[in-house]
Amino acid sequence: MLLGGCGAPESGSAMRNMPVGGASGTELAAEQILNKNNGAEPQTLDPHRAEGVPASNILRDLFEGLVSEAPDGGLIPGAAESWQISEDRTVYTFTLRADGRWSNGDSVTGADFEYGIKRSVDPATLSQYSSILFPIVNAEQIVKGELPPDHLGVTALDDLTLEIRLIAPTPYFLGLLTHSTTYAVHSPSVEKFGNRFARAGNLVGNGAYVLDEWVVQSHIRLLQNENYWGDEKTVIDEVNYFPIENQDAMLKRYRADELDFTQDLPFKQIVWIRENLADQLYINPYLGSYYYSLNLTLPPFAGALKLRRALALAIDREVLTEKITGSGEIPAYSWVPPVAGYTQQVPEWAGWRQDRRDAEAQRLYKESGYSKDNPLTLQFLYNTSENHKRIAIAIASMWKYLLGVETKLLNQEWKVFLDTRKQKVMPGVARNGWIGDYNDAYTFAQLLASDNEQNDSGFANEEYDALLNAAAVEPNMQKRAALMEAAERLMLEEQPIIPIYFYVNKHLIKPWVGGFKPNIMDHHYTKNFYILKH
Amino acid sequence: MLRFAIKRLLGAVPTLLVLIALAFFLIKVAPGGPFDTDRQLPPEIEANLKAAYHLDEPLYSQFSLYLSGLLKGDFGPSFQYRDHTVTELIAAGFPVSLRLGGLAMLLAFCVGVTVGTIAALKQNAFTDHAVMAAAMTGVSIPNFVMAPLLVLLFAVTLKWLPAGGLGDWRNLVLPVITLALPQIAYIARLTRGSMIEVLRADFIRTARAQGLPQRTVIVRHALKPALLPVISYLGPATAAIITGSVVIEQIFGVPGLGRFFVQGALNRDYTLVMGVVVFYGVLIIVFNLIVDLVYARLDPRVRYR
Repeated sequence: MLLGGCGAPESGSAMRNMPVGGASGTELAAEQILNKNNGAEPQTLDPHRAEGVPASNILRDLFEGLVSEAPDGGLIPGAAESWQISEDRTVYTFTLRADGRWSNGDSVTGADFEYGIKRSVDPATLSQYSSILFPIVNAEQIVKGELPPDHLGVTALDDLTLEIRLIAPTPYFLGLLTHSTTYAVHSPSVEKFGNRFARAGNLVGNGAYVLDEWVVQSHIRLLQNENYWGDEKTVIDEVNYFPIENQDAMLKRYRADELDFTQDLPFKQIVWIRENLADQLYINPYLGSYYYSLNLTLPPFAGALKLRRALALAIDREVLTEKITGSGEIPAYSWVPPVAGYTQQVPEWAGWRQDRRDAEAQRLYKESGYSKDNPLTLQFLYNTSENHKRIAIAIASMWKYLLGVETKLLNQEWKVFLDTRKQKVMPGVARNGWIGDYNDAYTFAQLLASDNEQNDSGFANEEYDALLNAAAVEPNMQKRAALMEAAERLMLEEQPIIPIYFYVNKHLIKPWVGGFKPNIMDHHYTKNFYILKH
Repeated sequence: MLRFAIKRLLGAVPTLLVLIALAFFLIKVAPGGPFDTDRQLPPEIEANLKAAYHLDEPLYSQFSLYLSGLLKGDFGPSFQYRDHTVTELIAAGFPVSLRLGGLAMLLAFCVGVTVGTIAALKQNAFTDHAVMAAAMTGVSIPNFVMAPLLVLLFAVTLKWLPAGGLGDWRNLVLPVITLALPQIAYIARLTRGSMIEVLRADFIRTARAQGLPQRTVIVRHALKPALLPVISYLGPATAAIITGSVVIEQIFGVPGLGRFFVQGALNRDYTLVMGVVVFYGVLIIVFNLIVDLVYARLDPRVRYR
């Protein structure tokens, strides 16, 4: 491609006389400004209405939840300095930091969190993510408009104590408290500015940074929050988030030293990056599954388990992740990515060599009544994107070569695609992907419950639903994990989906940026970063 | 002249109404809606969102609601950028696009007309062929090829200019040049063609016969009529270029109007798309009027009443 052909000298430390970090290697730069590429423009910086990765990245700097995350992703105290969990694990009592301050100097109180979480579930707020709070007592009824918001199981006992009551033990609940839907908001400014309270000049937050400037489609600039309780330890003075979706443009601006940190990589340039920027490339596991939904409500997949299995077996995932995606994706034979407190459920055939899988696929294909002379004709739906197209073509040709399947590839623009997939009106295969909301297997397991809106296969299995419902109220963590593991085994036996690979998060980070640690949620707080002398 | 202008603007009102109606119903025909994401919403939440934005009402009442808003100068809230109104977004994006596009058009006009005139004077000589070959290349290289090449050379390799973003004049150089190049090429070709024709006209022969120097013949007599086709091209072209180019804006990370239009359509941000369409429609009408008025000044045969 354009970039690869040009043997331009590389930017970065190699070209400079002085080593990064000065003589000691740890000397800080005089100017502490971090420039990050942040994918799409965030829809809003209102923590309760926001959704998506770009907004969440910025909100983690602007606000602090009761619980926060260490650079490696481990949970640490945030706005709450400690908490107690009742014996039945349904009542959480948080003690807030006495020195917690809003960016205007006001104290952060339990009432602020009560106000915030109640605002989050209030239908008038128009949150798209409030269903994530359903574990809290009455949250579901409030979101659905059946009860007023003041019935929520969240109560400020005093200025620094907050009680949250859950309908069932929810092991991932502390992790959920790092999500922006649970953030406190500064009630006087929400009441004063209404839906515009999240604009620069209006926004009052309790995070390490404050919103300084927001130019839509250009940049969002945050400055250090002097009222933040941990401000003394914050090194970066200014962080700029650039909404650059074009990945080629992103790489060029990174190479021109206009960006220090990128959110993604242009996959077409991955070979060039590996050769030229290997020391700045960070690829790590991410909490996401790339998979195909098989439409079980229509032929040819309705009631055709052997056919579904044959197609799953016939995909050589090693070749796919090595040659087609090529940036370290992990071949997936099961559904739930490696998450905390859960044993991955790999089917037996995952341990086979590909030739054995191929033979089994051919046998099952034949038993399903198809052959090279009487091939299966299959519709294959994906959303328009170079990436998805390459993978679809590779898989279709594996099916064609091994089984003789005739695949009709069909791409649709994103919103049209979402609609088609959701309606389940098109028979065959549809591309799918899911990034977990929290670090727990349940965020994946629930997707295949028969009543889940996201169940694009139309998989409906009473036993699966029963196992999941039992897991949802099980107080013993090991038993709970065992229930979900049993559910996944059961689901994989039925093969309503074909897992392809587990996502990885990919970043280019300049050698002078310190403080980065990979974690499976890909959550990074600017307050942990610093710029070395360069 | 003033009466003519007023008449033309009033005559444009029905055109604008048809445009608004067409755009409004077309975008509603597109499958999917602003609240569809890969994370599907529980039905109660979706219904609540739709009700808040009046999307649960019949189309005709949505349309009349939109029209009555427009009459008050209100483009409505953006569905995608929920902290902003469409008016705010256009007000922020248009100056950026106007600055880039205006500079590009100015550059294109000056360079294009000069180069085209030189080529016409040296018709079929080496200069002519060289200039026209360069122009053909300029027309045929799309800006999504030219822009990354320029960035690679001037920003990544030489580090003379920034690769993108907003800032001082240095940030303008590459996007303005990229925008102007195909326009320069097109204007040069237009100028050359019409200049050759004009140079053969009787009144030029008369001017030459009177012994006027070449310079006076060209600048005083030939240029004005030769520019007429360029002027009629400039009207709509300027309207198009100052409302932004999505390619340029994406590559250089510039927050202009073009990205709002394309992103708006992709996100089914109904109000934002409508806002940009209406705004663009008005600009086209205004620029066509300006072209007509300039014509009247340049061409003695044209008189408006």
